[in-house]
Amino acid sequence: MRTLKFLLRKEFLQIFRDHTMLRLMIIVPVVQLLVLSNAATFEVRQARTYVVDLDNSSASRGLVQRLVASGRFDVSARSSSMALANEALLSRDVSVILNVPADFERDLVRARQAPVQLVFNAEDGAGAAVLQSYAARIISGYAAELGQLRPTFTTLEGATAAPAVVAAPRIDLRTRGWYNPELRYYDYMVPGILVLLVTIVATSIAAMNVVREKEIGTLEQLNVTPVTKSQLIASKLLPFWIIALVDLTIGLGVAKLVFDIPMRGSLLLVFLAAVLYLLAALGIGLWISTVAETQQQAMFISFAINMVYLLMSGLFTPIQSMPTWAQWIAELSPVKHFIVIMRAVLVRGASIEAVQVPLIALAAYGAIVLTMAARQYSKTVG
Amino acid sequence: MTATDACATPLDRDDPAVLVAGLVKRFGGTVALDGVSFSVRPGELFGLLGPDGGGKTTLFRILTTLLLPDDGSARVLGLDTSTDLWAIRSRVGYMPGRFSLYPDLSVAENLDFFASVFGTSVEAEYDLIAPIYQQIEPFRDRRAGALSGGMKQKLALSCALVHRPDILFLDEPTTGVDAVSRREFWDLLAGLRAGGLTIAVSTPYMDEADRCDRVALIQKGRILAVDTPAGIVDRHPLPILRVATPDRYRSIQLLRSYPHAHSVYPFGESLHYTDARGDVDPAALASELRAYLDRQGVLQPEVEPIRAGIEDCFMALMDDPSLEPE
Repeated sequence: MRTLKFLLRKEFLQIFRDHTMLRLMIIVPVVQLLVLSNAATFEVRQARTYVVDLDNSSASRGLVQRLVASGRFDVSARSSSMALANEALLSRDVSVILNVPADFERDLVRARQAPVQLVFNAEDGAGAAVLQSYAARIISGYAAELGQLRPTFTTLEGATAAPAVVAAPRIDLRTRGWYNPELRYYDYMVPGILVLLVTIVATSIAAMNVVREKEIGTLEQLNVTPVTKSQLIASKLLPFWIIALVDLTIGLGVAKLVFDIPMRGSLLLVFLAAVLYLLAALGIGLWISTVAETQQQAMFISFAINMVYLLMSGLFTPIQSMPTWAQWIAELSPVKHFIVIMRAVLVRGASIEAVQVPLIALAAYGAIVLTMAARQYSKTVG
Repeated sequence: MTATDACATPLDRDDPAVLVAGLVKRFGGTVALDGVSFSVRPGELFGLLGPDGGGKTTLFRILTTLLLPDDGSARVLGLDTSTDLWAIRSRVGYMPGRFSLYPDLSVAENLDFFASVFGTSVEAEYDLIAPIYQQIEPFRDRRAGALSGGMKQKLALSCALVHRPDILFLDEPTTGVDAVSRREFWDLLAGLRAGGLTIAVSTPYMDEADRCDRVALIQKGRILAVDTPAGIVDRHPLPILRVATPDRYRSIQLLRSYPHAHSVYPFGESLHYTDARGDVDPAALASELRAYLDRQGVLQPEVEPIRAGIEDCFMALMDDPSLEPE
């Protein structure tokens, strides 16, 4: 224990001396949280829209007005030529064309249904899909007001969406998002981004710290002392465990103060999950340090691993939409479980019973990964 | 030195401090150590001499428990390096060839740290490290990375000594160090040796052999000879001449084509010539060679018999393995 105390004292001495690294570990995650949370959004506002209104009736003007009023669409040009509109779309001056055919109002009155066409630039598939769903909601809302109106969707690179005849809205569908009724994007994104930032401290920076000692040769010098492998591993991982928890605390503060993230559940539960999760993350960092010979290698390996983490954690894409094999991989990623717990506890106010399965998964994960990494470390180093 | 008693090895005077027998170490296809055997006596300053890539560092890494040998055995202070590594680790001091302290910690912090992991303190061991540490103590708050080469080396030596080891392993401590610092460093080692500490040093510099009690010549993973520096020199079986001429290159060619030449190689500004006939009188040989060079038109050849140095012996042993002992 005394030896561990001396080792830890040395680690903290070095960590606090390296101002660049300290900033990287404490300030950068906060900046990233602020920037990423605002930037990594699926929301689309003020999409530049080209209006080709051949009807120019009160009904068609009403439609345009509803679209603009939603804040999602912004009329940036209008003319009566579909050719000009297509040109504008091709030159990326606009991202949506709204085409209201002549006799729109007359058809609505006579046939009780009328087509409108929306053309999207689907180079950015996700963005086009989001706009399409906005438009569908707005148009069906307007249709309910007026009677019938049938939107057809065309994407620039894709086929026309199925032009099914929309029946009169006999079913009044009212959706309500539970726990996050306004579907606030921050509530969903911020906890996830926090998880990723904490992960990077625990894997990349911990791995680089160990590899640095390999590089400068001090690890070899330490191996000719009575310091045992487990003491050394503990002295290397404990500081980053603490720093990651400090990062999480600061991050939760920012989430509350800046983004007004709800904290309905127990924060203690969040920290318990973090403590368990970090064991796994640090284990992976330790494993990287056994594979890498230089800090550069450590950086690239952890980058590659974190990349998979990021894309398979369910942070950006719902896990349900992945193919089955990918869902299995996601299931094997501790990040996924931690994000699930974070969201459940913060947004939904889940109790410990409600998250016990992912919690146990994290604990098992931490124990297995850390043990395996420590074994690997003992085998390869010294 | 006052540290004499503390340094006294707990072994019998007769037991070797290091005993290596038939040590083999391979890295993939290359054989780093090819059946190395020697011993180091307690209290002696033992030199391991050989060119780069000869196996010195591999040998030291095995002796300091950092590597396991593929074959053979190595005992340090009577303990097996493969099985008793924890007992060895707390009793040896090791200074690797590369500066291996924390560059971002100060001189004092480095020393305190290494003292603390051995469960001691700088104050408690001050008398032992004082002769070395006092030279760098004015810079105690300077970061180790900002020290000059000579000072780094003194700090590394202080850190290797701070737990009063029973034996010190220094891997090429003088490589890349200026001539004055090298001399100072050997003086420090002589002081430690006088205090009773067993020291094993490796070096590629043949001229440092004379500072050792005994040396082992190592090349390509094989020990060529183990003896006192004088003993090694005495072993040189052939007469040796120093030849200095204005045209070194042509002289080498001429001497190599001389019928009795055993070997000719450049040595600093001059050449060293070894004659294949072991029984010829050196003075007669000198005039014989002078006449030969004269005849070949070499201007004012300077030829004189000399005593073989360690380097000459090394060359002779390298060329002719039959000169190896036993």
